[in-house]
Amino acid sequence: MTRELWKGNEALAEAAVRAGVDAFFGYPITPQTELLEYMARRMPELGRTFLQAESEIGAINMVYGAACAGVRAMTSSSSPGISLMQEGLSYIAGSEVPCVLVDIMRGGPGLGNIQPGQGDYFQVTRSAGHGDFHPIVLAPSTVQEAVDLTYLSFDLAFRYRTIVIIAGDGALGQMMEPVEMPPMREPTVDRPDWALSGTAGRAPRIITSLYLDAEELERTNLRLQEKLHAIHTTEQNWESYQTEDAEWLVVAFGTVGRIAKSAVRAARGAGIRAGLFRPISLWPYPEAALDELIERVQGVLVVEMNAGQMLEDVRAIVQGRVPVRFLGRMGGVIPLPDEISAELAHMARMHQRGNGFGSQHRAAERSKIL
Amino acid sequence: MSLTPDLDVIALPGPTFDVVYEGPDALKDVPTHYCPGCTHGIIHRMVAETIDELGIRGRTIGVAPVGCAVFAYKYFNLDGCEAAHGRAPAMATGIKRSLPDRIVFTYQGDGDLASIGGNEILHAALRGERITVIFVNNAIYGMTGGQLAPTSPEGMVTSSSPLGRDPMLAGYPIHMTEMLATMPGVALAVRRSMHSVAEMRKTKKAIRQAFQAQIDGLGLAIVEILSSCPTNWHLEPTAALDYIRERMVPEYPVGDFKIAAQLTNK
Amino acid sequence: MTKGTVSIQTDRCKGCGLCIQACPQHVLTLADTLNARGYHHVQLDERDGHCTGCGICAIVCPDVAFTVYREPLRRAA
Repeated sequence: MTRELWKGNEALAEAAVRAGVDAFFGYPITPQTELLEYMARRMPELGRTFLQAESEIGAINMVYGAACAGVRAMTSSSSPGISLMQEGLSYIAGSEVPCVLVDIMRGGPGLGNIQPGQGDYFQVTRSAGHGDFHPIVLAPSTVQEAVDLTYLSFDLAFRYRTIVIIAGDGALGQMMEPVEMPPMREPTVDRPDWALSGTAGRAPRIITSLYLDAEELERTNLRLQEKLHAIHTTEQNWESYQTEDAEWLVVAFGTVGRIAKSAVRAARGAGIRAGLFRPISLWPYPEAALDELIERVQGVLVVEMNAGQMLEDVRAIVQGRVPVRFLGRMGGVIPLPDEISAELAHMARMHQRGNGFGSQHRAAERSKIL
Repeated sequence: MSLTPDLDVIALPGPTFDVVYEGPDALKDVPTHYCPGCTHGIIHRMVAETIDELGIRGRTIGVAPVGCAVFAYKYFNLDGCEAAHGRAPAMATGIKRSLPDRIVFTYQGDGDLASIGGNEILHAALRGERITVIFVNNAIYGMTGGQLAPTSPEGMVTSSSPLGRDPMLAGYPIHMTEMLATMPGVALAVRRSMHSVAEMRKTKKAIRQAFQAQIDGLGLAIVEILSSCPTNWHLEPTAALDYIRERMVPEYPVGDFKIAAQLTNK
Repeated sequence: MTKGTVSIQTDRCKGCGLCIQACPQHVLTLADTLNARGYHHVQLDERDGHCTGCGICAIVCPDVAFTVYREPLRRAA
């Protein structure tokens, strides 16, 4: 297959098209708008549904409607837009209909800026809306990976009747890279047996997230939790890079996960046995794999483009067995490899001198370069 | 609806009597949660009768709002779903765009459509979505216990306008149907009322035209229906109908604001 | 005067009284008895009038409690 040069946002769109997306509803917001623009050209070409909604609130509720009709529905947005979509996502989760959502994260909070960011980690993994639910969240670090994950996303969403979020960031969305596009898969015509289509020839179907009776709502939630447990045990996805003999483990995802590889190589060049653990599924978080690695390393360095969000998941897994340090850049500032390798060198030096660990390091742990 | 009357039916028809009227198939034979005398029940029945008469029950999908009618899908004998508060027009858009040959209608109250959902109905109308909108205007938030709505007439006392609606504080009543009537994508924008049998008959006809507009793909069709809320208006059901005539109709004139030519003869 | 009657699903009635007010023949009244939901349900009461099967009660009833019957017009013998 030939590799072509693709811009992240457009590659994501084409990957969804090839995965058989039936309907796209979006709204302009930098840095993801090219995805919407691409769909505006491509979907009508294939006789599929495209619509720019009045707002992200409109868009997510159109996705909800289309999902109830059993079609492969998708939207994309960026951080502030995702905040607006939370109510819709909660309804979608509560009524267990599938959909795919792309979040090209940007600097926050508030209007923030249009630079890349990872400040939506909590939002997409924990609080994608009110109530107990978790979308499946996949975080690509290259345009190729974004394409591959998007290509799988609809099958995942329909298999579990859940939301799948592709969590990229402004860098991934805006950069261009050679990509091998997957083959075009014709959209399925048959609809699931729960989908709304008109009650002709069968009993009426109702899709709702409303259960006034407490026991009934609890039963619904228990069923939802069972599904999430199944996803949690089956869909954990990560990449380990040079961790076989690593003493110092960098944990980073998405764009930062990719930058960290250069830092690991630089550190190894300087005689520091570093490795990278890169979660690809942010939910379900790849706990088992990280937990196993912790047994073999001296310390962990979490690097994110936020004030420390995945950090909390890592700490929960590490359980204090080794020191966890954090390097966070915000505002859309992308950490550079040398910042990461400098931090690794510092950790190794402190370890050698023996005074880097024990009680002092707890206090020094959150050294943030602000 | 079962023809064999159940036990506690009193008057049994004579052997040669014809059935002149019975409940529509598109309405489930179940009791509703609506308060005694609430006109939601009448409007549900009219929508269901229309769906039966047009023979579209098998391909119609209803979108329920948040509000007293949130359980509409329990009463319509149709495929149905329940939208987030105010978002029914967007949800209906998603369904209709995915299933263009099905009939999709939203059933919304005034808080749902004209307050939180204002932008959704506005843009569904701008886009001329081929959906039918049943807009029940009882000038109050019923389910939550009688708060002020954007449609509450000036001076109306509600639980959140205890001194009566003062436009300086809470603005003026919104005339959504007149606003939507200005849009090219709208095929039908009319207001009817529940305050008398004659007006009810006209409401039924308008609902029929609104579904016909969708069948003919003419654009968005909205029927605003002035309705009562005996419980939160603190009125007897019969007095509540009078309140519609005396307090609602002056603010919300009943009439046709837009009807596509193709519909007038239907 | 055409002769008609109604059958009433009294368990559906909420005693709202809309039909009583609207009935042109004034043959609907509230019963003393309560239905299962504790409402005084409506009943046909033809002491001083006769149902013509006009169906207005069915139009105004919010709870679809009425089925309306009408005697067929005398067809040519």
